[in-house]
Amino acid sequence: MGRVLQYAVLFVATLFFLLPVYLVIVTALKEPSAITLSNTWQLPQRWYWESFAQAWTAFLPKLQNSFFLTVIATLLSAMLGSLNGYVLAKWRFPGANIVFPLMLFGMFIPYQAVLIPLFQFVREIGLGGTLWGLILVHVVYGLPITTLIFRNYYAEIPDEMIEAGRIDGAGFFGIYSRIVFPLSVPGFVVVIIWQFTQIWNEFLFAVTLVSSPANQPITVALAQLAGGEAVKWNLPMAGALLAALPTLLVYIFLGRYFIRGLLAGSVKG
Amino acid sequence: MNWFKNKDTLYGFLVILPSLVLLGIFVYGFIFQTFYTSLTDWGRDPAQALSANPQIRFIGFENYRELFTGFVDARFRQDLVNTFFFTVFFILGCLGVGLGLAIVLDRGPRGEGFFRTIFLFPMSLSFIVTGTIWRWMLQPQGGVNQLPTLVGLPKGEFAWLTSREQVWQVSWNDLPFVTALVVSVVLVFIAIAAFRGGERRRGYIASGSAALLLLWALTLGRTLQPLPFDEMHGFNLAFIGIILAAVWQMSGYTMALYLAGLRGIPEELREAARVDGASEWQLYQRIIFPLLAPITLSAMIILGHISLKIFDLIFAMAGADNAPTDVPALLMYLTTFRANQIAKGAAIGMILLLLVAAVIVPYLYSQLKSEVRR
Repeated sequence: MGRVLQYAVLFVATLFFLLPVYLVIVTALKEPSAITLSNTWQLPQRWYWESFAQAWTAFLPKLQNSFFLTVIATLLSAMLGSLNGYVLAKWRFPGANIVFPLMLFGMFIPYQAVLIPLFQFVREIGLGGTLWGLILVHVVYGLPITTLIFRNYYAEIPDEMIEAGRIDGAGFFGIYSRIVFPLSVPGFVVVIIWQFTQIWNEFLFAVTLVSSPANQPITVALAQLAGGEAVKWNLPMAGALLAALPTLLVYIFLGRYFIRGLLAGSVKG
Repeated sequence: MNWFKNKDTLYGFLVILPSLVLLGIFVYGFIFQTFYTSLTDWGRDPAQALSANPQIRFIGFENYRELFTGFVDARFRQDLVNTFFFTVFFILGCLGVGLGLAIVLDRGPRGEGFFRTIFLFPMSLSFIVTGTIWRWMLQPQGGVNQLPTLVGLPKGEFAWLTSREQVWQVSWNDLPFVTALVVSVVLVFIAIAAFRGGERRRGYIASGSAALLLLWALTLGRTLQPLPFDEMHGFNLAFIGIILAAVWQMSGYTMALYLAGLRGIPEELREAARVDGASEWQLYQRIIFPLLAPITLSAMIILGHISLKIFDLIFAMAGADNAPTDVPALLMYLTTFRANQIAKGAAIGMILLLLVAAVIVPYLYSQLKSEVRR
């Protein structure tokens, strides 16, 4: 394969991946009256920053909802996943070989198969329509992936270190808090980034469990705005940028850990 | 308890127990409850659907029968066909683009890190964001259709997302026949693999089953017709845009997988092949592609289960109510939460679960088996 062909492929691929980004930015910066279908690709005549201000005002409460929900659910599920992973990697109880795949299956199920009882359950325990209901759901369905990532991560810690801790008189919790947890920082980074991205981006649970607009996460608000026909396209485009920004920044600055989480999602550690 | 060798293992069990109980309820308990709900008539009487204590009757597999053979549920059957075509083209697209990009990047162009970042960034976006962006890209009179005008060509005319045209139509009544054919082909492949691997018994069983199934399909299979009339379903062209957006978002994932695989192939292997006089094409064909086969299989399974579940992308791109681009995952939501046909929604959810399980269970089994061997 010649060099020319190689760079030609890269050029075409880059266009394919970046043209949508160009279109979003250009549209978000046009005056609403200047947005027509025939001039979609042209640069704005006049840079119009007002759309971002509007989108910011409209979406700020939803962004706050998403942040609140994502941060709490991420931290809780990371903590639980770390403890579970520690158990499955270092203290395998009888039957762990059966339990683990049963846990993992929870990561792949289509949530439509649990949505009806889940909806009723969350309502019956008094969390219907609230962010706490959504947090509960994200923590529970996040357990399989966080447990898997931590289990694979802790499997790399040599058993001799655990053994040395036991000889020094440390028990289950002592070994966790003095040896395993301090070694976990990179594991936590991977899991937190992965869960943050997933929960921030999630839509199905959010749209079914949270009906009141006051508690909506950003994905639901954006879907509703973009689905409405009356709105000019500058607002959904500015909103899409706002909704994308947190996870995009995470990816740009912590891409290495992001990709590690991504590959961990395909089960093999 | 002598089950537990020591106190610490017991602590371990107690620490993981709450998670196991939660997952037991939220995954298996809820699946069971959905299954039970799918066997009832909950929601059939609109007055009962939303009442606090609905009167629910057990009606067996009636909801499933209606979905597959009932007159009113043609939309569900079209959705199954839609999912099939979406899955096939989505997987092919992601594998093709991902492999191509990985090969190009593996040959060490300048700015490799930059390109890798560009190709992977859509993965960090929500399907809702992707859908919103591409909905604008694919406006019938604008976006992609306007692209040719930039180089002076006439604008495109394709009705992205809104087309109602179907190609490759087959009658729903051919389903038993076609299914039997496909299953026998798979069985033949299993048989060939077994004979090559020296497992004769498995080979005989697989080829015997394939022959029986084929015999049934060619004789009685044609007479088994789920519907009293022919109902045509095919590939909706409105899906092309959605597939494009989905490939845009997910092909970075296959690129990352393939790139990791390519980097894992030792340079000596390539050198040895070149010394033996292999051309570049032969090198890929004979050595590199076979080594990438397990990655392809993993990627197919991960992408396959994503595409069976896809919901948010279509919700954001074509809207929830656009029938030509409906899929079962979306129909379940509409049936349950908009139309309050709760039992029928549960049945669709169970069918979706079966489809995903058929892909995922063998995968988990083989992954964990190979892990134990390691």
